[in-house]
Amino acid sequence: MTRLSTAPPSQAQAEESPRRGLLQALEIDLRVFGMVIALAVILIGFGAATNWRFLQPVNMVNLAVQSVSVAIIATGMTMVIVAREIDLSVGSIVGVVGMTYAFLMARVLPDIMGFDNPWLWIVALVAGLALGVAIGAAQGFIVAFIGVPSFVVTLGGLLIFRGATWLVTRGVTISPVDPAFRMLGGGPQGSIGGTASWIVAGVACLGIVWLLVSARRQRRRFGFPLRPMWAEAVVGTVSCLAVLGLVWLFNSYKWPPALAERHAAQTGITIPPDGLPAGIPWPVLVLVGVTLVMNFMATRMRYGRYVFSIGGNPEASALAGINTKWTVMKTFMLIGLLCAISSAVATARLDGATLDLGEGYELYVIAAAVIGGTSFSGGIGTIPGAVMGALVMSALAYGLSFMGLSSPIQDIVAGIVLVIAVAFDTINRRRKT
Amino acid sequence: MPEGVPLVELRDINVSFGGVHAVDGVTVDLYPGEIVGIVGGNGAGKSTLIKTLSGAQKPDSGQIFIDGDLVTIHGPMDAKNLGVETIYQTLALADNIDAPANVFLGREMLTPLRTLDDSAMEDATRRVMARLNPRFENFKVPVQSLSGGQRQSVAIAKAVQFNARILIMDEPTAALGPAETEVVRGLMRQLKEEGIGIFLISHDIHDVFDLADRISVMLQGKLVGTVNKDDVTIDEVLAMIIIGKLPEEVTETELRDLHG
Repeated sequence: MTRLSTAPPSQAQAEESPRRGLLQALEIDLRVFGMVIALAVILIGFGAATNWRFLQPVNMVNLAVQSVSVAIIATGMTMVIVAREIDLSVGSIVGVVGMTYAFLMARVLPDIMGFDNPWLWIVALVAGLALGVAIGAAQGFIVAFIGVPSFVVTLGGLLIFRGATWLVTRGVTISPVDPAFRMLGGGPQGSIGGTASWIVAGVACLGIVWLLVSARRQRRRFGFPLRPMWAEAVVGTVSCLAVLGLVWLFNSYKWPPALAERHAAQTGITIPPDGLPAGIPWPVLVLVGVTLVMNFMATRMRYGRYVFSIGGNPEASALAGINTKWTVMKTFMLIGLLCAISSAVATARLDGATLDLGEGYELYVIAAAVIGGTSFSGGIGTIPGAVMGALVMSALAYGLSFMGLSSPIQDIVAGIVLVIAVAFDTINRRRKT
Repeated sequence: MPEGVPLVELRDINVSFGGVHAVDGVTVDLYPGEIVGIVGGNGAGKSTLIKTLSGAQKPDSGQIFIDGDLVTIHGPMDAKNLGVETIYQTLALADNIDAPANVFLGREMLTPLRTLDDSAMEDATRRVMARLNPRFENFKVPVQSLSGGQRQSVAIAKAVQFNARILIMDEPTAALGPAETEVVRGLMRQLKEEGIGIFLISHDIHDVFDLADRISVMLQGKLVGTVNKDDVTIDEVLAMIIIGKLPEEVTETELRDLHG
């Protein structure tokens, strides 16, 4: 209550620097915007260093597919860290669930259901997802209701589930997985094709327009200040162009000629003169779906609101009547489910489960969430930020290995980027408050 | 002493923490449109007593009556459903979310699709703020970036938004400057006019003397007594707080000694 200043805040804001004003009018999340720029700089940098070979569609598609497994879990890790918890067991959950998928599809289910049963992979998938949720529920219960720190519970989980993976399989790789399940891993066969990709792009653009219109209508309903019309147009156009650009990229990745011919012979399609477009890989679609759902839960649902309020002030949340324990347990169940989804993608890509599947994921997932702006003090973080964090890390790793740099150097660079990103964030926040 | 059925009666409340009697057989009541000050030194048991009404602390024994009916309060939600709202000394705000989200925390307004209706919550918050603090403008920023007075407004809005009948205010002006304190005091008088009963917990005896109709004094977990403000002097209340003697028991010498 500053009684001295007479200018209403809106007027005061308008007087700030014009660039700030532009971004403010557009109401863009500055952090995610900054990460898009960072990603672009990384891609262009590697492009320039490799005579632009790095920017070929095949590399961009591989990079995107490689980031999916970590990005999916990072959306859940954001919620876990926002709620002031941590989950170190994600890599081991990916391992044990992946082994479950492979074991069911290669050893157990064919004997029961028959080898060609179209439901086989669905049964395996549902079983794996249920296992992920059950593991999350068990860990979440111990954290929330018994009160053991999540660091300890999930550190135990990291050891337990990795050990369980070994025990079940006695140390061997299990493969193959069901051909339909394998589509979750991407590659030309695991992509939705050119036409379907354009349809997806069209639907996405309609969705963007619908979101903008309904947000505007909602504000008008209560007479709140509206975003200027030109800003709505800019946001809508740029978003739609981004979607179309990405789909164009996925469609410029063509099937390898030999594979394409075999595929065309099997399905009776004709190959266009410039090659058969692969389209959006299934794993990327899965990631997009997970991101949309998680962002919806985080920002539009009571559950998400409670996770954030618990991160901001656990005592106040309990005093407000929120069932904080159940909310925390649900968060662990959610990340368990996401680990199982991520594991499906990873298992499908490898066409089987290896013993080290998911090993080290916890570090990459936490790093992705933190690079994406999630604060370890709790209460702060965004889902799109976490996905962008995973993409930035994946772009760095892919770029460095593309240039022939060894994996120790990749680790060093990833570590430096992590610390710089968080340092940048810390300074930024300190300046604001 | 007011007439009729009290809005709230806390009867013979006991709370102990591992052998320490934080609240020891305390009985207090509150009538509509009345402000009852609950005073005492640090550790006298004021906050613990009142937490049994707000649902934040389960009493070991004792009864709570609202409008003369025996009620059970198992948690904060039970209290809220009975029309008891609490403004905590710490304000109990989630700093990372905005004012409307804090006001409706735990009681969010939902759209027909069961998603958060943020616009409706912002609209309602704007309306309650127009009454509490017309200068409040920052509805879209995390409350941590607000001033102490604005944060206090949010905490109060959180309580009055839901048509509270019984308001518990724990040190409502402790963190405020003089001008902000005056706003809160004006607000309390306004709420009192509307027939709301207020328990005011404070260790600022002047604050209490200014606002309260009756004053209940606690010392070491026990109720020293409840007095009408108009019947006593500040020194007599101080004597109750410090040496635990009622105005009729205290001697002239003891009163003089209070001022050292």
